[in-house]
Amino acid sequence: MAAPAAMQKPRLGTRVVPWIALAAGILIGTSGLIDQIGAYWEDITYLSQGHMVLVAASGGAAILTGIPVGIWLSRPSMERSAETVMQVFNIGTTIPTLAVIALSMTILGIGFAPAFFGLFVASLLPIVRNTYAGLLAVPAHLKEAAHGMGMTPAQILFRVEIPNALYVIFSGVRTALAINVGTTPLAFLIGGGGLGELIFTGIDLMDTGMLLAGAVPVAMLAVLVDFLMGQAQLHLVPKGVNPLR
Amino acid sequence: MIRLENLTKVFETPNGPVVAADDVNMEVPEGEICILLGPSGCGKTTALKMINRLIPLTSGKIYIDGKDTSTLNDVELRRNIGYVIQQIGLFPNMTIEENICVVPKLLGWDTERAKKRAAELLDLVALDPKLFLKRYPKELSGGQQQRVGVIRALAADPPVMLMDEPFGAIDPINREVIQDEFLKMQSELKKTIMFVSHDIDEAVKMGDKIAIFRAGKIEQYDSPDVVLAHPANEFIADFVGADRTLKRLRLVTAKQVCDADAPAVSRHGRAKDAHAMIREHGTHVAVVLDADHHPVGYVTEDMVEGASGLVHEFARALPATVPARADLRAVVSEMFAHDTMWLACTDDSGRYVGVITQPAVTGALGETYRRAGKAA
Ligand SMILES: Nc1ncnc2c1ncn2[C@@H]1O[C@H](COP(=O)(O)OP(=O)(O)O)[C@@H](O)[C@H]1O
Ligand SMILES: [Mg+2]
Repeated sequence: MAAPAAMQKPRLGTRVVPWIALAAGILIGTSGLIDQIGAYWEDITYLSQGHMVLVAASGGAAILTGIPVGIWLSRPSMERSAETVMQVFNIGTTIPTLAVIALSMTILGIGFAPAFFGLFVASLLPIVRNTYAGLLAVPAHLKEAAHGMGMTPAQILFRVEIPNALYVIFSGVRTALAINVGTTPLAFLIGGGGLGELIFTGIDLMDTGMLLAGAVPVAMLAVLVDFLMGQAQLHLVPKGVNPLR
Repeated sequence: MIRLENLTKVFETPNGPVVAADDVNMEVPEGEICILLGPSGCGKTTALKMINRLIPLTSGKIYIDGKDTSTLNDVELRRNIGYVIQQIGLFPNMTIEENICVVPKLLGWDTERAKKRAAELLDLVALDPKLFLKRYPKELSGGQQQRVGVIRALAADPPVMLMDEPFGAIDPINREVIQDEFLKMQSELKKTIMFVSHDIDEAVKMGDKIAIFRAGKIEQYDSPDVVLAHPANEFIADFVGADRTLKRLRLVTAKQVCDADAPAVSRHGRAKDAHAMIREHGTHVAVVLDADHHPVGYVTEDMVEGASGLVHEFARALPATVPARADLRAVVSEMFAHDTMWLACTDDSGRYVGVITQPAVTGALGETYRRAGKAA
């Protein structure tokens, strides 16, 4: 079944790495490196803007597309084709995100558009998968009770199915955003801009200060996004179906 | 009132058509509980779900309060029928209050009225509204959830209720308690109820009428007593069980069988008078009562034969008494436990009502056969 796999939290790595990076950042802050990073302050502020726009646009688009697609696939009328579609999506998930970015470039060339599209595709899959699996996992007897009490299909969806699947849907969004934030630095490679520019140029020039000027904000952004998603999941998922409460 | 006319359901399956309801005709009079009873797969749930159209019917008609339901819109119809399922189906994302208010809200009640109703209904099943309104279903025991499931269906006060094995998932002890509670509620609410069960004991206890199904057909539709005493065929006789006559014990209360004129004497009465009274009735015993009319003992004819003095000098203690509203099964059980042929019955405050004897019990059970014999 797809459901248990989809409900898994993001792999340990995606959770732990940003923290380690942050700790490293603090360590650096206390050493002399802070001044070296500070030298890139203007680059940091400028590139951060592009970076965040990329994250917000591709992540937002993935949420706005992924949830409706997941809902649509979970409708009884889609029963026959949904599994096939999900198989295709699951295969898509196994493609490394770097490959997704590269493929995106072969189709759309270089610049913001292919970067946006690649990130969008990479983040879309977990959202669709979890929305679909979460909605299918809502017990049939709840839907039957709702139906028998005289709710319309739309009322059943919004009052019963989505609230009961919301925790799983949120987990999907959280995973998707973790992937998104972790992949965005690669956008630089196809001309999408962002903090990747400092990281990759820093690597090329063996300039630790420049590299960290890119890596530390990226790590902080990852921690922040994950924290915000955790808080949202804690507070927005109804208490009766929220294992965190 | 619910009336089913030539109700038929054929499921088209890959292995060919399955007839789940085969020309079912029946009528549940207003305010009565009708039990749909039968082995698993005989079509009880299908028949029930056709009434609120969770399953579309193949042919036939369904009338509720004389109105052909096919003229009503699905959603409107369902909002006016209480529906309880075995899995309870409380929505885990909603509080108990929100769960109870679902149908009132769908019907457009204002919030205050719906909330007041929720509190009122919790009171009805002895769950403290202050404690339970804001809880989530997972914070309730199975029995409590089941009670909420039932009152949720009652929230908008629908005239008709459909219940699919509503107490099937509860342990036997709690089930008895909830069944009793429900019967007490029903005696006031007088809903017209279709109730699916596969348990003959539950059917006998809860039903005004029992419809026994087999392969989509009604085999017998009668009162519990008639089903038990006169099963229409071998299948029903087998289904209700070889001990069906013993099951009838549950249908009669002690009050209906006890002899209110049996001799009873005061503790402070004269033994001589007691003797005279016993002889007059020809019963061999008299119950001894205290000043408050509570039965406290008994004297037999022999004990007061030619005696002088007061009754209490001769009286022996009663082995047990039974409440007049107990069913005969409890009475007989008590008789066997105390190895006695008779027991004194009391009302709810413990006052003497009469005497119930084993011959009276067997007489009451046998009556229906004597009547049938005469008719034949
Ligand atoms: N959706 C369905 N599709 C095909 N056959 C069904 C369906 N629902 C019920 N049946 C069949 O109809 C018969 C009656 O089922 P049901 O009403 O659920 O029985 P009961 O409630 O008495 O156990 C069974 O043989 C069952 O297999
Ligand atoms: Mg059933």
